[in-house]
Formats: sequence, structure tokens, C-alpha cells
Amino acid sequence: MADNNLYCVSALFDTPDKIINAARKTTEAGYKKFDVNTPYPVHGMDKAMGMGQSKIGYITLFFGLSGAVFIFLFMWWTFASNYNIVVGGKPFLSAPAFIPITFETTVLFAAISTFVGMIAVFFKLPHNSHPLHDTEYMKAVSGDKFGLVIEADDEQFERNKVTEFLKSLGAFQVADVYLPEKETYKLFTSGFVIFLIILAIVTSAATYITLNKLMYVVPFSWMEVQPKLNAQEESDIFTDGKGMRPPVDGTVARGELPYPFYGQTNPPEVLSNPTVPTKKILELGKRKFLTFCSPCHGNFAQGESRLNGQFPTGPTLVSGKIINYPDGMIYHIITNGQNVMPSYMHQINREERWAIVDYVRVLQRAQNPSQSDIQEVKKESSSNVTK
Amino acid sequence: MSVDYSKEIPLVQGRLTMAELDEAIAKPMSIRPGKIYFIALAFTSGLLLLGVLGVSLTFYFGIGEWGNNQPVAWGWGITNFVFWVGIAHAGTLISAILYLLRQKWRTGISRFAEAMTIFAVMCAGIFPIIHTGRPWLAGYLLPYPNSHHLWPNFISPLVWDVFAVSTYLIVSAIFWYVGLIPDFATLRDRAVSKIKKFVYSLFSLGWRHSNRHWRHYEKVYMILAGLATPLVLSVHTVVSFDFAVAVLPGWHSTIFPPYFVAGAIFSGFAMVVTALVFMRKVLGLENVITIDHLDRMNKIILLTGSMVGYAYLMEFFISWYSGVPTEQYVAINRAFGEYAWGYWIMVTCNSLFPQLFWFRKFRRSIPAMFIVVVLVNVGMWFERFIIIASSLHRDFLPSSWGYFTPTWVDFSILLGSFGLFFTLVLLFSRTLPVVTMSEIKGVVEGAHPTHHGGDHDG
Ligand code: HEC
Repeated sequence: MADNNLYCVSALFDTPDKIINAARKTTEAGYKKFDVNTPYPVHGMDKAMGMGQSKIGYITLFFGLSGAVFIFLFMWWTFASNYNIVVGGKPFLSAPAFIPITFETTVLFAAISTFVGMIAVFFKLPHNSHPLHDTEYMKAVSGDKFGLVIEADDEQFERNKVTEFLKSLGAFQVADVYLPEKETYKLFTSGFVIFLIILAIVTSAATYITLNKLMYVVPFSWMEVQPKLNAQEESDIFTDGKGMRPPVDGTVARGELPYPFYGQTNPPEVLSNPTVPTKKILELGKRKFLTFCSPCHGNFAQGESRLNGQFPTGPTLVSGKIINYPDGMIYHIITNGQNVMPSYMHQINREERWAIVDYVRVLQRAQNPSQSDIQEVKKESSSNVTK
Repeated sequence: MSVDYSKEIPLVQGRLTMAELDEAIAKPMSIRPGKIYFIALAFTSGLLLLGVLGVSLTFYFGIGEWGNNQPVAWGWGITNFVFWVGIAHAGTLISAILYLLRQKWRTGISRFAEAMTIFAVMCAGIFPIIHTGRPWLAGYLLPYPNSHHLWPNFISPLVWDVFAVSTYLIVSAIFWYVGLIPDFATLRDRAVSKIKKFVYSLFSLGWRHSNRHWRHYEKVYMILAGLATPLVLSVHTVVSFDFAVAVLPGWHSTIFPPYFVAGAIFSGFAMVVTALVFMRKVLGLENVITIDHLDRMNKIILLTGSMVGYAYLMEFFISWYSGVPTEQYVAINRAFGEYAWGYWIMVTCNSLFPQLFWFRKFRRSIPAMFIVVVLVNVGMWFERFIIIASSLHRDFLPSSWGYFTPTWVDFSILLGSFGLFFTLVLLFSRTLPVVTMSEIKGVVEGAHPTHHGGDHDG
């Protein structure tokens, strides 16, 4: 084999004393590119090879601290900014309660970075094609022998001199190690392509089945299947066949009062209005009137129905007749209904009904203003202008 | 054999050479295992299948298959979790803490103990996950950006657990693998069959035993040991927080972290001894895992067992000293209430029997130590059960008092976890070197130079 294929000259020793002596002598002789291979770390070898302390600890320190800072700020950010959660009345930055996770993450980052740094950065592993692999030399140092190699790249390397030198150190075997021949492989062999196709099919099928079928099978069904009745469902437990139960007769909803004049057409007496027409009440009344009353009675209660004759038009509510009704009478009509107009007792609650009554009064006054009202409005608008 | 305590006991008996050690350690991996091995494997994997059945039923029908219910909502699931996490701690203690303390005798047993750590953490991790009822959603426990725009509650002890246990598993696995790399290289160079050589090459990453690597390697091993030591203490501390942070009498106690850590080491060592007693015999490693190793481990069992016993007494003292009637009630109810039977099993197994290890005879007798360590395992399981069940079964309102009764599914899952553990141990014993070859060679006599320029660190 040509000499330019030579990787190194290797020597095997059989005791730790000899190898440490050899390492020291090799360093003293000025060789730089040499290595010692031992089945276990031999004490004092670093010194004999003229090597200082390993610097790998800095990786641990840097990534450990980064992990600590990162996770601490991250937890703070999730609590205080991204999604505020108050737990047990604690502040968003509850540092003592962050300690356990900060600690664990520090260790995690430190350990992983040290491991990856050692393997990938310091050792440049995996490296299974190294020339020393598969040699008698490697088999010996894997077991119970101690070896030293001087690489051909070294500036002082001269094959014969090095061989003599190693023999003089007491090696029981000295051998040349050559670089392995470069092997090249074709990337797309037919077998590999078929493998890729099968892999693609299997992966897509598995993904499809998982997301579209498996997720909807018990027990993965996300609790969709539950032995319970949903609203509006049938049930044969009750004689009426309904799953939902109507409230017991005479049930009064929270916030409501039983209406004493229900079912009477022209009650002899009516309730008096418990509300004061504040701005808030009137705004509520307006909103509810526009929602519930305006389709039949019009936006301004003038009887301009939007129903195009599909339902009897609601009459005007701003005529003298209604103006003269007591509040309680309008309330009665909303609550009880009148002839074709249905009852709104269940759609609109008590407070809202009174609010509507107040708002109807506003509409009436706005469309039948008294002289003083007009003057008041004029005063207001002119003062608005001058301002 | 009489021991002269003024001299260091030889770590490897019988004056084996390095080549003989390699041969002894690598042998179980190259020969076809005997009948007993397969019978044992069939038994443990049978238990494992039983566990799989129990877990499948739980997944299909839900947690209602277990005995858990109000008021004892944490039944055996959490008991088993704490039990297995505890077992795991012995491995890290042996491989990391004893390493930092320069206890060289750990060499013979460290690989095996680390393997047990990993297997035990795997067993432990199963329980909280299946206890959630919908384990396929366990990913929700990790903080990842999700479409719900939600994060885990980082100040909940249960989330601390997730971080602690998963960090522990990852770091233990790294630690274990780093130790295995040189051994894989040795196995690679011993291998004759092509497949074995390929597999070992793959895992050895092309390790060359180069001293330019050893130099960093030793440092990294030290760093990892340094990281694992506080980690192992933190893991069981966090596990104890699951209880101690709750405002429940019987759980809300500041002694829990040290008490749990001592208990964990106690039970873990007991489990290591239980397994090693068989392993050294079956694998023919009596000269590597010697009676001296077992002796020393039994001393640690004695120490930690006494610490646990102290904690039992201290619980009584504190409940009296606190002056809180509820605390006093819980303490008395624990020892004399409905769970008195379990309490006294726990006290006798954990605090009484290990006291036999004061006597050298018991420490060095295989049958005696086997009985004691099995009892310790039982006792430590009961300890966790008693802490959970007896604190919960008397709820604040007498109307909601109850009693925990396990179902057969509970039993099957507990047995299944033992099945998983021992199946993994058995498979491990035949596929990987049970003793760290690169380390044990470093502690045989004459492994290091007699004179090496004033560098005396070993
Ligand atoms: C579905 C259409 C419809 C809706 C909605 C409706 N009404 Fe009527 N309303 C009528 C009709 C039709 C009449 C005439 C009933 C009759 O013939 O007595 C009427 C009558 C009335 C009367 C009595 C008028 C009169 O001259 O006797 C009042 C007061 C009244 N509605 C108020 C309201 C209020 C307040 C609302 C909103 C809560 C409302 N209505 C919602 C259709 C409607």
C-alpha cells in the first residue's frame, strides 16, 4: 500500500506503567498529533500527554443558567401577560412557587447540553469510519491492553523513526494503520425508492385513520358518547315521551313575581309602575322595544308594521287612547297579550317590560309635544350651538 | 471471611484479570439463556399482560373500574406512583452520590442500579398518566403553544411533578447511556456475528477509548453526577409536595420532604438488594457483586430505615405539639383507626426488621437479608398507602367518611407494574453489560500506574 495512505503507526503496551511512560516520552519528543487509547481512563494520563483541564464545564454552566432564566421568565409571562390566571390569590410573579420548575429545567438544559456538546462538539461522534476501527489494535485496547498511536499528519512524522521510537518505549507490538478506502453508495437504489413509497403510504394511512376514525372510537371519542339525554331528545321514561321536564305548575322563575291579572281581558285594576325612568332604564326599554315590539308596531310605535300584511298590523301606540292608559294597562297587554297580540311574559322579563312601558311613554311625548317641551328643546339646541 | 476495617476491601474478589472480567460480564449476552431464565421471563411477562388487561379495561370503561371514590380519591394509583419513584432513587444514589463521595465499591453495582432507576421511573410514570382517565391527552400537561391558548398551572405541585419526573427520566437515561458508550465499544470489538457488531457499532457511536476523549468524558461524568445528585433529592421532595402543599391534616407537614427522600432511598436499596441477590447468582457475577457490596447496602438500609422510623415518631410528636385537635385525631386514627392493620404492617416492616442489620451476621446472610428487604418493600408500599388512604378516609364532614376497597383491576395493575419492571430487568440482564466494564477494569489491582508524576487523586 502506498505510504500516503498511512494513517498512523500504532504501538501496544501491556501495563499502565509502560503506557504512561510512553505517553510522557512521546510528549517530550515533541510529537503533537498522537493519541493514547486505554480501556479505561488511566490516572495521570492527561498530565503525561500534556493536556490541561477539560473546558466542557462552561457548556453546562451556560446552558444551565440559560434554562433557569428562560423558564423563570416564561412562567412569569404566561401568568402575568399571556393568559392571566390567579391561583390561590397569589401574585402573578410568585417566585417561591416557581423554584421547583426553574430548578428542574436548569438541570434538564444543563444535562442535555453537556451530553450533546460532549458527543457532537468535543468528540465529533458518531464516527464509525475512523481508520482505527476494525483493527487488531482497537480490539486490544478495547479489552485489556494500552495503546499509543502517532499520526502520519504530525510534522515530525517519519515512518521508520517513529517505529523505532515506539519499539524503544517497550511496546510489545508496533503496526501501521492505513486509511480505509473510500466507499461510495448510490442514493436512489430501487429498493430504497420502494421503501420510501411504502413509508409514505403507511404514514398517510396511519395519520388519516388516527385523525378521522380512531379519534371517534370509544374510549378516544373525546366524551362525545355519553349515556345522558340532550335537550329536545325523546325518552320513554316519562309518559309524555319528552326528555325535558316542564317546570311544575306554579313555578316562579327567579327575579319574577306571579302576575295576578293573567288571563283577564280588561282587568278592573292594574299594577302601578315600580320604575323611575332613568336614562339607563330608557335605554334598556328602547333596546327591548326595537327587538320585540317594532316589527308589528313600528320603530316609532306609529303602527307602521314591517310584516307586509302577513300578520295583523299592530295599531299605533301614540294615540290618545294609549296615552290615557295607565302604565299598568300597557304592562298588562305586554304580559297577557290582547286578542291576536301574543303574551310576551316568557320572552321579556319583568324589569324589561316596565322599561318598555317607560319607553313607550317617551315615544308618546316625543310625538305629541307640549309647548313647554318644544321650548325646552329649542333652548337646549341653541345653547348647544353657541357653545 | 474476617474483615480488617483498617484496610480497603478489594473491590473485585478472586483476583480476576481484566480479560477475565470482560469475559465474565459479556458472557450472559453471548450464550443462550437457560430454562430458568425463560420460566422467569414467562412469569414476569404474564404479570405484565395482566397489567395490560387491567389498564385496557380502565381506558375503555374509565377510572370507575378502580376502588377510588370520594373521599379516598387517590387510591392505589398514586400509592404505586410514589412507591416506584422511590425505588428509582436508589440507582441515582448509587451512581451519582456515591460517585461524588468517591465510594469506589459502587462500581460493581452502579450499572444495574441505574437500569433499575430507569425501569422504575417508567413504571412510576404510568400511574399518574392512567389516573387522568384519558391518558392520550397527557400532552396537555406540557407547556406547548396550543389552540386553547392555555398554559399549565406552573405553581401546582402536580405540574412540578411532571417536570421533576420527566427531567429525572431524561437525565437518568443520559447518565446511563454515557456510561454505556465505552462498554458498547468493547462489546463491538468482541463481537463475532455481523448483526451484533452492527448494533453495537451503532450505539457505541464509534468510540475509540481515546484519552483525548476520556479526559472530557470523566469530566462530563462528574458533571452529570453533580447534576443528578440535587435532582434526585428534588424529585422526591416534589413528590412529597403533592401531599405537603395540600391543607389536609395528615399531609400538610413540613417533615415530608426529608422523610420521603429517606424513605425513597430505603425502599430503593431494598429493591436493589432483592434483585441483586438473584442476579449475581444467575449471571455468575459473585466475584464482581460481592457479599461486601450487599453488606454495605444493608448498612444504608439500616440508616435510612431508622430515619423513616424517626419520622413516624415525629409525626406523633408534632400532632400533639401542634395542639390542633384535627391533627391529633388524624395521628391517633392512623395508628388505631380503621387502617390500624396497615399502619402496624408499615411500622414493623420498615422500622423493626431492618434493625436486625445492626448485626453483621444478618447483614452478610443472603436468606436473612432477602427476607428483610422483601419486608421492607412491602412496608414501604404500605407507607404510601397509609399516608393516602388514612388521611383521606376521614373527610371533614362525618357524613362523607368512607373506606377504600380495591377492586381486582387495582390488583392487576399493581402486579402488572411489577411484571413490567422485572421483565425489563430480565431483558436488560441478557442484552447489556450488567456491570460497567470500563469502570470495573479501573478498580482492579494494578489498574493504575505505580508512579505518575505526583498526580495522586486515586
Ligand atoms: C306580532 C305583532 C305584535 C307585536 C310583536 C306586538 N304587538 Fe302589540 N298589538 C298587536 C296587534 C295585532 C294589536 C291589536 C290587538 C287587538 O286587536 O286588540 C296589538 C295591540 C297592542 C296594544 C293595545 C292597543 C290598542 O289600541 O288596544 C298595546 C298597548 C300593544 N299592542 C303594545 C305592544 C308592545 C309594548 C309590544 C312590545 C312588547 C307589542 N305590542 C308587540 C301586534 C303586536
